[in-house]
Amino acid sequence: MGRKLLLEKAHVEGIRHYDVYRREGGYRSVEKALKTMSPDQVTEEVKKSGLRGRGGAGFPAGMKWSFLAKPEGVPRYLVVNADESEPGTFKDRYLMEFIPHLLIEGMICASYALGSNRSYIYIRGEYWWVKEILEQAIQEARNAGMLGKNILGSGFDCDIFVHPGAGAYICGEETALLESLEGKRGNPRLKPPFPAVKGLWGCPTVVNNVETISAVVPIVNDGGDEYAKLGTGKSTGTKLISACGNINKPGVYEIEMNISVEEFIYSDEYCGGIANGKRLKACIPGGSSVPILPANLLLKTAKGDARMMTYESLSDGGFATGTMMGSGGFIVMDEDQCVVKHTYTLARFYRHESCGQCSPCREGTGWMEKILLNIENGKGKMSDIDLLWDIQRKIEGNTICPLGDAAAWPVAAAIRHFRDEFEWHVTNPSDALSRNYGLANYAKPLEVVTTA
Amino acid sequence: MADEKKLFKVTIDNITVDVEPGTTILQAARKIGGDVTPPAMCYYSKLKDSGGKCRTCLVEVAQGSTADPRPMPKLVASCRTNVMDGMVVKNITSERVIDARNGVVEFLLINHPLDCPICDQAGECHLQDLSYENGKSASRYEFKKRTFDKHDLGPYIQLHMTRCILCYRCVYVADQVSGERRHGILNRGDHAEIATYIEKSLDNDFIGNVIDVCPVGALTDKTFRFKNRVWFTKPVDAHCNCDKCSGEVQLWMRGDEVLRVTARKDEWGEVKDTTKGEPGWICNTCRFERKKVSDWVIEGPSQVNRHSVISQGHYTGLVKPKETIQKVTGRDPKLLLNIKDVTEVNQVELSELKGPATSQVFKQLKKEN
Amino acid sequence: MKFSDDKLKQVDELVAHYPEGKQKSALIPLLHFVQKENGGWLSTEAMDYAAELLAITPIEVYEVATFYSMFNLQPVGKTIFEVCQTGPCMLNGSDGIVAYIYEKLGIRPGETTADGLFTLKTAECLGACGYAPMMQIGPSYREKLTKEKVDALIEEGRKKLN
Ligand SMILES: Cc1cc2nc3c(=O)[nH]c(=O)nc-3n(C[C@H](O)[C@H](O)[C@H](O)COP(=O)(O)O)c2cc1C
Ligand code: SF4
Ligand code: SF4
Ligand code: FES
Repeated sequence: MGRKLLLEKAHVEGIRHYDVYRREGGYRSVEKALKTMSPDQVTEEVKKSGLRGRGGAGFPAGMKWSFLAKPEGVPRYLVVNADESEPGTFKDRYLMEFIPHLLIEGMICASYALGSNRSYIYIRGEYWWVKEILEQAIQEARNAGMLGKNILGSGFDCDIFVHPGAGAYICGEETALLESLEGKRGNPRLKPPFPAVKGLWGCPTVVNNVETISAVVPIVNDGGDEYAKLGTGKSTGTKLISACGNINKPGVYEIEMNISVEEFIYSDEYCGGIANGKRLKACIPGGSSVPILPANLLLKTAKGDARMMTYESLSDGGFATGTMMGSGGFIVMDEDQCVVKHTYTLARFYRHESCGQCSPCREGTGWMEKILLNIENGKGKMSDIDLLWDIQRKIEGNTICPLGDAAAWPVAAAIRHFRDEFEWHVTNPSDALSRNYGLANYAKPLEVVTTA
Repeated sequence: MADEKKLFKVTIDNITVDVEPGTTILQAARKIGGDVTPPAMCYYSKLKDSGGKCRTCLVEVAQGSTADPRPMPKLVASCRTNVMDGMVVKNITSERVIDARNGVVEFLLINHPLDCPICDQAGECHLQDLSYENGKSASRYEFKKRTFDKHDLGPYIQLHMTRCILCYRCVYVADQVSGERRHGILNRGDHAEIATYIEKSLDNDFIGNVIDVCPVGALTDKTFRFKNRVWFTKPVDAHCNCDKCSGEVQLWMRGDEVLRVTARKDEWGEVKDTTKGEPGWICNTCRFERKKVSDWVIEGPSQVNRHSVISQGHYTGLVKPKETIQKVTGRDPKLLLNIKDVTEVNQVELSELKGPATSQVFKQLKKEN
Repeated sequence: MKFSDDKLKQVDELVAHYPEGKQKSALIPLLHFVQKENGGWLSTEAMDYAAELLAITPIEVYEVATFYSMFNLQPVGKTIFEVCQTGPCMLNGSDGIVAYIYEKLGIRPGETTADGLFTLKTAECLGACGYAPMMQIGPSYREKLTKEKVDALIEEGRKKLN
C-alpha cells in the first residue's frame, strides 16, 4: 500500500474540526515554519521537494514561488484555486470537505513564504456547502490564533477569505480567476504580464491549486528531500486521482506516483476493475482536456513498456501515442461506450464554457459541437471528420488562454485514435442511432515498433 | 540632452526597422507599412487595453531576441507583444501565419450574416477587406447562423449584433472616451453580445465615436442609415468652432448635401490626431446635428487611399460648374437637373425588381409607389 | 428592493473581505446574496440595487450577472433540478435521468411545470463525476441518482408547497 500524505487522516472522526485536527498533529508545520524558518527557507524546501502544480499544468511550485516579484510597499497575494470544474476532477472538493484544515495549514505556510497577509480561496459557487465548511474551519483557526495578527508571536499577520464563483469553468484559468475575484467577468487576461508580476488588483500574486498548497504541509514537516523520495523521477510525492466512469469503485485515491495504470484500474485498492464485468475500451486519465487513449495505448506505451501513473510516463509518446497527467481526473470508458458521443458532450462543455473573447475559441467550439452532434446522430459526412480535424487544428495554439487547446485536444485525440468509429457512424447511420460501435480493436495488443 | 534611448532592431518579413523599446510588433510593422503590416481587427492604438482578442494579427517570432534567439513556440498576437532587440518576425513570409489567419477569418465569418449589400459599412469594412485577402469563396459552415434579439440604442446609433466581431473597442470607447458606459458585453461564449441589458439609449456627448471605432457594420450612424453607399459620397475635411470637441471632422457629401459626419481617419482606419496633437474624437453635436454645409468651413478633399472603393467618388478641387446656360439662352435645358425628374427608371427601387426589368415592370412598380 | 439594517450589515461583512476601495470584488458574493433574498432570481431592480450598494455602474453588474451560469435572470420554479450531462455523468446514465424527469413531470430542459413548482435544467460538469449521475438542487448536490431517488426528490419538492 502506497504512502498517504494528504488523506491519511481524512477519515478520523471529527477531523473537520480544529481540536481533533490539532490533536492528530495538525498545524505542526505552521509552528515549524513561523518559529524556526525564514520565508525563503520555506520556498527552498518546496523547491527541493520537486512538487509540481496539481491544477493541470504541472508547473514546479517552488519555481513559481521564486518568480514572485517583491517590490517594496506593494502587497502580495496567495490565491488558492478551488474552482475545480474540469470534467472528471473532484479531488479538491474531497480534500476540502473532509480535511479542510490541511488546506488552511498549507495556506498559512505558503502565505508566510510568499509574504501574503491576505490570502483567498476561490471556490466554485456550486460547492456552496464546502465553502461553509471552509469558513467554519477558518473561523476555528482564527479563534485558535493560527490566523490573524502576529500568529504564534512570530510577527506574521495573515487572514484567509473564501470567495465563491458563480458557475464558469473558465474561472479556473488563473487570470480569469483573478478577474472574477475582482468582481468582473471571467475573461482571461493576456500574458505577459504574468500574475507573479501583476496579479490580483495589479499586485504580485501566486495562484496554486488546492492540492498543491496542501502538499506544502508534509513538505514543511518532513523536509523537501523526504517528500522527493516518494514517487518516480520528476513525479515526486503523492497525487490525488479522482476516478470515475465505468469502474467498480469510483472515488478519490491518493497514490504514490510509482504504480502502473493497470494496477490503478484493476487493483481492489483503487478502481477495482471495470464495472459489470465489462472490458476496458478507453480512458481519459487527466481530466477532460487531455487526450483520450484506447486501452492498448493506455496500459502500455508505444515502446511496449507498462504505462505508469506519473507525469512522464503518461505523456510518453507525446500526443501521438501518449496523453497527460493533467488534473488527475481519471475517466474510464467500458466497451459499450461511444467515443463520438462522449467527445460530443465534451465539445458541448467547452462551447458552453468559452468566455467568448477570442474568435477561434468562441466560434470554433460551437462549430465542432454541431458537427459532432451530426455525426453522432448519423447525419455526418466523411468530409466532416477532416473538417473537424481542420477546425481543432486552427483553434489550438491560436487563442488567448489554454481553453482553446483544451477544447481542441479531446477532439483531435478522438479522431486520431478512434477514426474508424467516426467513419462507422457516417457509413452506418441507422446503426449509429441504435447501437454502439463496441470495443472494436481498441484493446488488441499493439505491435511494438522497434528501431533496430 | 537627456540620455539617448537605445533603439531596438526588429526584422519583419526580412525588413529591418529601429523602434523604441516598448513598441509592439504591430506598431513596428506599421512603421514599415505595406504588406508587412498584420491586419488588426480589435487592436486600436488609441484605446488602452484593446487588442489580443480577434487573433487576426498573429505572427511568428522566429527569433526572440539577439540575447535569447530561441523562436517562440506559438504564434503571438503582434498587437500586444513587445519587440525585443534583434527580434525576427515572420508575417506573410510564414505559412503558419497565413494558415492560422485564414482560419481566424473563417471563424469570424461563419456566423456573420454576409449582408454587405444592405450594410452601411460596406466599402469601409475591415472584415470585408480581410476576407478579400484571406477568405475562401465558399463557406464550410453548414448550420444556421446565430441570431440575436434586437436592441435599440436610441436615435443616433444603430446596432446590428449579427455583424459584431466582439472586438470590445466600443466598450473601451465608452469607458475611456465618453467616460460613461451604459452598454457592455452581456452573456458569454458564442452568445456574448453588445447590449445595454434594459433598453437604454446611448446619449453621452462622445458616445458617437463607437461608430468610428467599430471595424464592421455592427454600430452605424442612424442618421445616415440607407442614405447612400460610401463610395458614392465624397469625403472632405472640414472644421467648425465647437465648444465640446476639436470640431475637426470629415464630411461625407453628395453634391451640396452633408450625408454623414465622422472623425478623420488615418491609413490604419483609426481616428487621427487633431492639429493640436490630441486624439481626434468628435462630439455628438458635430456628428449628428451639423448636417448643413453652412455649419462647416470646408478645407478640401480628404486624402483617400487609392485602393479604397471610396476613391472612386473622390475628386480634387471642389469647383462647382456655374449654370450659365440659362443666362445665355434664356432657357432651362434639362442638363444639370435631377435625373429622377426626367426619367421613370430611377423612380423605382431597382432592388425591388423581381426578374428582368421590362417597361411593364417599371410602370407597375411606379404605380405602386 | 431595499435591505433592512440587519441585511446591510451582512453586506458590509462581505465587502470587508477585500481591501479598502476594492469593494467591487464583493460583487459575486453579493449577487448570490441578493438572488437569495429576491426569491431565487436577479431582477433588473435587484441588480441595480447591487450596483448601488457597491457604488458601481449598473452595466458592470449586468455584464457579470449574465456571464455566470448560477445567476438566474428570469423567475424560476421553487425547485430547480440541474442535471449534469457532461461526459462522466453521461457515461453513467444522465440521459436516463433527464428522460425520467420528463416522464414524471412533463418538462424538458429549460422548462418549468405549469404550477411553477419545478424547473428542469441541464448543467455542465459540477465536480461530482465519481458519484454520477447527479443533480444540483439549490445549494445541495444529490448524487448516484436512481429513479427511486428522483421520485423522492419530486415528493420533497411537492412538500415545499405546503
Ligand atoms: C480553462 C482552464 C481551467 C482551469 N481550471 C483549473 C481548476 O479548476 N483548478 C485548478 O487548480 N487549476 C485550473 N487551471 C490551471 C490554472 O490556470 C493554474 O495553472 C493553476 O491553478 C496553477 O496552480 P498549480 O500550479 O498549483 O497547478 C485551469 C486552466 C485552464 C486553462
Ligand atoms: S480561448 Fe476561449 S476561454 Fe480562453 S480567452 Fe479565448 S475565448 Fe476565452
Ligand atoms: S459593436 Fe463593433 S466595436 Fe463593438 S464589439 Fe462589436 S464589432 Fe467591436
Ligand atoms: S488586432 Fe491583435 S488580436 Fe486583434
